[in-house]
Amino acid sequence: MTATESPATEEPTEPVDPNEVKVTINGHDVSARKGELIIAAAERTGTYIPRFCYHERMSSVGMCRMCLCEVDTGRGPALTPTCMFPVAPGMVINTESPVAKAAQAGIIELLLANHPLDCPVCDKGGECPLQDQAVSHGPGESRFVEEKRHYEKPIPISDLVFLDRERCILCDRCTRFADEVAGDPLISFTHRGNETQVLTFPNEPFVSYFSGNTVQICPVGALTASPYRFKARPWDLEEAHSTCTTCAVGCQTVVQSSRDELLRYQGYDSEAVNWGWLCDRGRFNFEAPNSDQRLGTPAVKSADGTGLVEASWSEAITKAAALIKTALDTDGPTGIGIIGGARGSNEDAYAWARFARTVLHTDNVDAQLLDGLSPAVLTLPRATINDAAAATTVVLLCGDLKEELPVLFLRLRDAADKRGVKVLEFTPKSTGMTKYSWRSVNYLSGGQARIVRDTIAQADVAEQLAKGPVVIVAGTANLAESDQFQIDALAALLDAAPTATVLPAFRRGNVVGALQLGLTPATDGMHTDDILTAAAEGRLALLILLGADPLSDFPDTTLATRAFAGARSIIAIDTFVNHSSQHADVVLAAAGYGEKRGYTTNIEGRVVPLAQKVTAHGTSRPDWMIAGDLARALGAQWSLDSVDAITDAIATNVAAYAGATREALAEATDGVLAVPESSSALETSGAEVPMSSGYNFKLVVGRKLYDQAISTQLSHSLAGLTPGAKLHLHSLDLDRLGGPGAPLKVTSKTASVVLTSVADDGVPRGAAWVEFNQSNINIAALLDAASPATDVRVETVS
Amino acid sequence: MSESSATTSARPRRRVVNLPAHVGPTRASAYVCEAVSCLSMQSHDVLLGLGERVAAAGLTDVEVKRVGCLGLCAAGPLVQIPETGELFAHVVPDNLGGIVEALAAAVPGGERVPEAPFFSRQLRIVTENSGRIDPESLEDYVASGGYQALRTVLSTMTPAEVRDEIARSGLRGRGGAGYPTGLKWNTVAKAIGSPKYVICNADEGDPGAFMDRSVLESDPYRVLEGMAIAAYAVGASIGYVYCRAEYPLAVSRLHKAIQAAGRSNYLGASMLDTEFSFEVDIRQGAGAFVCGEETALIASLEGGRGTPRTRPPYPAVAGLWHQPTLINNVETFANVAPIIRKGGSWFAGLGTATSKGTKVFALAGRVVNTGLIEVPMGTTLREIVFDIGGGIVDGRAFKAVQTGGPSGGCIPSEFLDMGVDYESLIGVGSFMGSGGMIVMDETSCMVDVARYFMDFCREESCGKCVPCRVGTTQLFMLLERITTGEATMDDLAQMERLGHMVQRTSLCGLGQGAPNPIFSTLRYFRDEYVAHIVDRVCPAGVCSIEPAPVST
Ligand SMILES: Cc1cc2nc3c(=O)[nH]c(=O)nc-3n(C[C@H](O)[C@H](O)[C@H](O)COP(=O)(O)O)c2cc1C
Ligand code: SF4
Ligand code: SF4
Ligand code: FES
Repeated sequence: MTATESPATEEPTEPVDPNEVKVTINGHDVSARKGELIIAAAERTGTYIPRFCYHERMSSVGMCRMCLCEVDTGRGPALTPTCMFPVAPGMVINTESPVAKAAQAGIIELLLANHPLDCPVCDKGGECPLQDQAVSHGPGESRFVEEKRHYEKPIPISDLVFLDRERCILCDRCTRFADEVAGDPLISFTHRGNETQVLTFPNEPFVSYFSGNTVQICPVGALTASPYRFKARPWDLEEAHSTCTTCAVGCQTVVQSSRDELLRYQGYDSEAVNWGWLCDRGRFNFEAPNSDQRLGTPAVKSADGTGLVEASWSEAITKAAALIKTALDTDGPTGIGIIGGARGSNEDAYAWARFARTVLHTDNVDAQLLDGLSPAVLTLPRATINDAAAATTVVLLCGDLKEELPVLFLRLRDAADKRGVKVLEFTPKSTGMTKYSWRSVNYLSGGQARIVRDTIAQADVAEQLAKGPVVIVAGTANLAESDQFQIDALAALLDAAPTATVLPAFRRGNVVGALQLGLTPATDGMHTDDILTAAAEGRLALLILLGADPLSDFPDTTLATRAFAGARSIIAIDTFVNHSSQHADVVLAAAGYGEKRGYTTNIEGRVVPLAQKVTAHGTSRPDWMIAGDLARALGAQWSLDSVDAITDAIATNVAAYAGATREALAEATDGVLAVPESSSALETSGAEVPMSSGYNFKLVVGRKLYDQAISTQLSHSLAGLTPGAKLHLHSLDLDRLGGPGAPLKVTSKTASVVLTSVADDGVPRGAAWVEFNQSNINIAALLDAASPATDVRVETVS
Repeated sequence: MSESSATTSARPRRRVVNLPAHVGPTRASAYVCEAVSCLSMQSHDVLLGLGERVAAAGLTDVEVKRVGCLGLCAAGPLVQIPETGELFAHVVPDNLGGIVEALAAAVPGGERVPEAPFFSRQLRIVTENSGRIDPESLEDYVASGGYQALRTVLSTMTPAEVRDEIARSGLRGRGGAGYPTGLKWNTVAKAIGSPKYVICNADEGDPGAFMDRSVLESDPYRVLEGMAIAAYAVGASIGYVYCRAEYPLAVSRLHKAIQAAGRSNYLGASMLDTEFSFEVDIRQGAGAFVCGEETALIASLEGGRGTPRTRPPYPAVAGLWHQPTLINNVETFANVAPIIRKGGSWFAGLGTATSKGTKVFALAGRVVNTGLIEVPMGTTLREIVFDIGGGIVDGRAFKAVQTGGPSGGCIPSEFLDMGVDYESLIGVGSFMGSGGMIVMDETSCMVDVARYFMDFCREESCGKCVPCRVGTTQLFMLLERITTGEATMDDLAQMERLGHMVQRTSLCGLGQGAPNPIFSTLRYFRDEYVAHIVDRVCPAGVCSIEPAPVST
């Protein structure tokens, strides 16, 4: 519109935002959002209303009455629970009127009438909402002298959580969390009146992958976590904002330390990612970095070749550089293979990708261990977690998210349970998401593409997919088969829903960052299976393990073992001496989680920070620095000499990360998305493999949250939670084999093992499901990296 | 009778009624009360005994019949001869001669004994059939005008017309708060959602209250008819009666009534050959007082912990399973059929300016006649206590009448001439509540009364919100200290302050109303508190206070 067109007399009218609600808070005009609760609107605009039961990520219950304020909706001021009522136009809210203050002080006084005064010995002391609000909103002292409630002091309600009922103020947060958020309603209120208490059901502990969250959200010290109890006083803790890299969801955390020791991880509320939640594995594995088994100095193979001995950095780097030089001299760049890099930072990954390409000139780099999907998935139009949570349909073509990407499970569970998102699941076995799914379809290994095509041909499914945005969560569901089957199924889905976006369900901490930053073959380099095959066949001069442990993690133990025997030299960069690195000629001590700063990339491509909170263990160094040390020892040009320099180089040189400049990252509240240009070309094969004769089951090997991962095993409180491997068969299949509990022999082309059987009707008939990476059995011995699927024979033990 | 059956017959037992069939017109009848109070005093044996005696006496034109509550419960077992108006109290099974003689002598249309004021001062709408029909007989109900209203509604009225008629009547909820019933029905009718539900609140948890139980035991069809009319008026298709589990007789009569009504098409699909369908089911509560609160009741019906939630949303908009739900009290529903039969204006002509119709009270305490009464709104306390109640026992002095149960208050003698309605009771610091009315004389200690009700609230608090959960316990402890002479005047001030805080900050009516007994007794009987605290004596001699240590 030009000036002449608009008559000068017209009043300038402010555009009316239909989502804006104007209210008055303590005399100030404030712009709230339609539907926003008074307590939330007040907080967002700078007025904190005290509260105990209200939690922004859970439904309001209005129980504690701490948030009562005077609210006038035109009928005069009335005491109103502000956590229960949304704003309305013209509302006059007074959070500090004498009436409101008296009510708040009265509540505090009543709470203190029942609450033990043991703050000096309480873990929560110093960060306790009751303590804080008693000071800010209380009457000063409790005038009640009547008897307090008495209960047995802390009782364990699970392996990880203790409950002190005397301290509990019955805010319903833990119980609501268990029911509404985790979907594990195993704690609840019992009794009535002043006898009301939180309890588990008889003989049913509060077993949940998410129990630690209840400790964090408890507004008093009633819930404590065994790994943290009595470890430190909150006022001794220093903290920094970081990201959990236990899996690739990228949960935002606050990492806390005291006296240079990591002591606690707390969830940080990121709207885009984890909403403040963490899984217990991620929350409690801070014990591992502190373990006395950490590698504090480099080590080299002893003179007699039987073990590792400590070495100085210069000695170790010199030796490693010599091994590299020899390998280059004898076999050239193709004789070197690098496996790993998914557990470090973006900066580590980029430095190593550059090291491989510009110093070693090799393309044999792979951050995955044949346990993921083709990196081509990362070039498909990417979905965010919030996209998935807001989609009309979410298609799951991945493993059990509850086991592999637990907080993504929470977000999708919430979407399905509370937001009407329809979940269509394709899975070799029922999962944590099955009961929240609109449709859950099982398939036998290798049959997924056909099942997907058949399913989406059904009228109601086609109709559902056409209704609105579709997000496909794509990942590995079976370590006993080729990823090609999932890719074929994914291609079939994309055919039917061409506008669908994809959320990769890749699992290892920074695997997406590593792949996007170059730790995957760019041209004709070898993937991990080829690298190991070359090693096994004597064609590999040097194997470099970048925080990788193929002997534990590679889904073909025979090949991995042969590779370690056949590789002429091995360099490991690791935080521990593990199954694989113990065979290395040189082990370079790497700085671990919390000991180095940088960024990581989650499944969405979200670049989020990693904080250094403590000094690196011993003389250990970050991976990126080790790359520089080696480059210099080899006489190469190297300029990536600081984290900032590498972050800058990534933004400059990697197109997907162009937006992830240091400035942008410093300003972003939820990180910066770094997603490669979409190319959407998946190579399909279309081959379904019939059962080989002599075998009767298709083997499925899946993951559990707790396994033999070193970070779990070295965290005392988690180590005992690994379930062990069992043979899961459909009860009808199992009936023919002598019923549940019987030991059964499972034989594949490569090996046999004996496993205890369990009936599990979530497993389709004809499939045999076994947990991966458990201590009682090495199921990877049954797997053959070269076979597209694993057929097994299950028989009774004679 | 064998020995074993003789011993068990001491407890109320139901046997098959095998009364002599009488032929021809009935000259006289014996109405034997079989509501729970009389039943517990062997009225069933009276019924059987009378049947045998009447047969033995060859009185073939005499009918012996089971009926519902005759009202004077404390004087049971009761037998009435309606043709003469004679009422036999404290009847024992082996002394029935007098009744048989009276039956033999009764002449239809003959002289009637004058009705005692206990009956003559009452106006019976809700209880019009109580003590007159066999509560287990659909035929009896229909013969006394039952289901006429439903027939009229379904065949000649639109739902809106039904709601208008209820609105015109001025009927207000009898569950306690007196919310206008017509308004509530309109809200549910206009709320969006399907299906809609109708819930009859028969939780009746006030200590001493048994109005709703009596209606269900004496005239269950009336409640079902009211619910069906309500369902038609608001567009509901499913109904529940949420009844205390402690009311097995009410539940079993209701259950039989639902089945019989269903068989005769007064319930179920295509009722009375119209397109209207309505199903009713009974749900039994676990006996918690707070489950009578509508949102807690709904939570309990849904299978959850019976705890209240903040309103709004009100059940009328989002109730059972988040659907629009009409929830009314038993007595409210029991008023519906008469209003339809006789017109809203008729009903509006009874009672006071703001409170129409009648109210049923459970009259208890230190009055001569205790039992169930129904009086027009606006009847004075004096009429209730002295005319209907027959005055104070042992000729003692009236002290107060407690209404409204644990959320109510004690009304002193200066208000005896006040007409009782919703507003007047609130005006004097009490509450209508569900209709409990306890008369007290000088032997009652008002501090002890407050302590009793606070103990009840503390026990019954669901524990959900802090002020009620902790506050009622603290208030109780303070009262306990006063009644044992251990309190100071500071404690009294503290109690008042805390009482106001609990009243203003509690989530539901239980906590909000819990301090009322304290407030009302303090308002009228403050000197009794002071006597306990300062003089360390209980004027009524109820509380045992150790004598004060003699200071030296
Ligand atoms: C603590 C508490 C207990 C209640 N108990 C009952 C009850 O036993 N019966 C009842 O009808 N209403 C009871 N009410 C009232 C109900 O919440 C509701 O208002 C009533 O059933 C509505 O019916 P009406 O409109 O017909 O009165 C109770 C309310 C509170 C706060
Ligand atoms: S344990 Fe903590 S979170 Fe749970 S109800 Fe008690 S105070 Fe609330
Ligand atoms: S006022 Fe009492 S009964 Fe009502 S919700 Fe609160 S604790 Fe429960
Ligand atoms: S925060 Fe609102 S009632 Fe607890």
